[in-house]
Amino acid sequence: MTEFSIREYLRSMRLPFCTGCGNMTVISCFLKAVHELGYEDLRKFVFCSGIGCAAWIPSPHFKADSIHTTHGRSIPTATGVKLVRPTLNVVVFGGDGDLVGIGLSHLIHATRRNLDITVIMVNNMIYGMTGGQMAPTTPFKAKTTTTPYGNLERPFDATQLIVAAGACYAARWTTFHIDQLRGAMKRALTTKGFAFIEAISQCPTAFGRRVGLKTPKEMLRWFKEESVPVQKARKMTDGDLVGKIVIGDFVCRERPPFTKTVYETIKEAANDTQAS
Amino acid sequence: MTKQFPPGTYFMQGNQACAEAAIAAGCRFFAGYPITPATEIAEHLANRLPQTHGIAIQMEDELAALSAVIGASWAGAKAMTATSGPGFSLMQENIGYAFMTETPCVIADIQRAGPSTGQATKCAQGDVMQSRWGTHGDYTPIVLSPNSVQEMYSLTIRAFNLAETYRTPVIFLADEIVAHMRERIIIPPSHEIRIVNRKKPRKTDKTFFNTGKTPPMPSVGDGFNVPVTGSTHNKHGHRYTADSVVHRQLVEGLASKINKNANQITNHEDYNTENCEIIIVSYGCTSRAVYETIELAKKKGINAGSIRLKTLWPFPEKAIQTAAKNVKMILVPEMNLRQIFYEVERVVHGATPVLPMNKIGGGEMITPEELLAEIIRGVSNID
Repeated sequence: MTEFSIREYLRSMRLPFCTGCGNMTVISCFLKAVHELGYEDLRKFVFCSGIGCAAWIPSPHFKADSIHTTHGRSIPTATGVKLVRPTLNVVVFGGDGDLVGIGLSHLIHATRRNLDITVIMVNNMIYGMTGGQMAPTTPFKAKTTTTPYGNLERPFDATQLIVAAGACYAARWTTFHIDQLRGAMKRALTTKGFAFIEAISQCPTAFGRRVGLKTPKEMLRWFKEESVPVQKARKMTDGDLVGKIVIGDFVCRERPPFTKTVYETIKEAANDTQAS
Repeated sequence: MTKQFPPGTYFMQGNQACAEAAIAAGCRFFAGYPITPATEIAEHLANRLPQTHGIAIQMEDELAALSAVIGASWAGAKAMTATSGPGFSLMQENIGYAFMTETPCVIADIQRAGPSTGQATKCAQGDVMQSRWGTHGDYTPIVLSPNSVQEMYSLTIRAFNLAETYRTPVIFLADEIVAHMRERIIIPPSHEIRIVNRKKPRKTDKTFFNTGKTPPMPSVGDGFNVPVTGSTHNKHGHRYTADSVVHRQLVEGLASKINKNANQITNHEDYNTENCEIIIVSYGCTSRAVYETIELAKKKGINAGSIRLKTLWPFPEKAIQTAAKNVKMILVPEMNLRQIFYEVERVVHGATPVLPMNKIGGGEMITPEELLAEIIRGVSNID
């Protein structure tokens, strides 16, 4: 096994992210996870991503095949790819707006099908690329450019939603917890079935500075101090959990992966046809 | 049922003919969402595709259906979806994406009466302009228009062949009447069916987009490290969103890929056009009343002919322009409130009067008698 060099997996081009963006942390955790799983390159991977800052993580920066789709449609596009090429590792990167805003229905249905892909949702709690508008994940009362009086809506708990929809693996970590995030990515990539990771990430440019967290460091401190392990959170009341970030592996279970069911059915149908 | 549909003469429904033709053309992936009057295509393929080692999946909506088709196409499969007006509206964003990324795929739109939910079970031809201009930005779609169960078969195969030839989405624009009627169809033996497969890249190829011709198409997982994006991109697929020249070259290049081959793509049927004084320009189910109209007109001493459009876009300009030189009048019957009419008027450019004839609602076809009355009225106005 060669020593890990991030350059082996990245095209030699400048990353487009703002200074202090959490996407760089997500990239390094992911590529390290890939390396530790024994992949020397990304030949066996296909990346699908939609629209938003996180969608730029793989496309075109990873030395790999990548499909940068329309807004919210990365998961159904990945569905087509995975069904036709079931031996490839299909990984979706997306932001919270892309995956639980405009593309929410696809996320839930892919989970329900137990499509054997990995979805990594980088949750920065804001529409970053368009300049900081309220997202379905923005904390209650937080000020954004479209909620000047504070956010009137309650945010999604995306990971809980995915657990309820039937995922084989679902975890939430933050960009402060880099070792745990990398470990979760390894577990997701080796899960036979739908795997989901919510990576809470800092957007100092479009979110932090508007909510009084002026630097990436302050945002990471917030992730560190407000995080509660999921086992502990289960014993806490809703009141205690206000403003907390629940982290950890939410679920890890085995269920028949979708492509297995599909290909077994095809085999039966095609054999029946030949026999008759 | 065997894997290969046995050749022969059948009594078949239009949508089923479309589905069988897709299999014959090499389609191995279908993703759809139930909608009247296109559902039989999904039902038939759900049954038949697995028998041919293909995949049929029902998605959560039409946005997802076309997305899955695009993903499957990049994974190397010939792929299609089928829908009707409301679903076709939802598919527009990804039709633009497929055009921009040069993704071959077939979108069958079985037209029903709109706008909105309209009359879900009734025929109409109201999606003609949507098929041309439905997605945002500048683009040139290929749109085919069948008028029989036989053409639901033959033009579906052509739709796949054109999609693969030009690496572009092709819209198969049928209508409820042609899709739901049952009539005689001859399924040819497979060796008589011409199948086009996409050009695959050589190992050394590096340019996969906007090469001036149809570029070779790698599949994901083949080791080409291809970045596919709906953003403006260069020949390698790399995003260039600030450069005016790259954008202009890309969008003009994608349009000209279709436009410069318009003569190979456009297709129409002439009927009784020699020495005729009136031409009826029609397409889809409406054209089925034209043949009888021509006989009725003959009895009234009027020599009428027909140009039936089998491709709507690119528009067969030359055929219409040539015909317009020698006739007293062109009649354009449509089950909409004038769509192709304006296109005919544009290309005729005053060379001869162009009359619209329009009927919508209830799925009622324009009858030969109604067409004849319009011809007589038109002729008397000119004379």
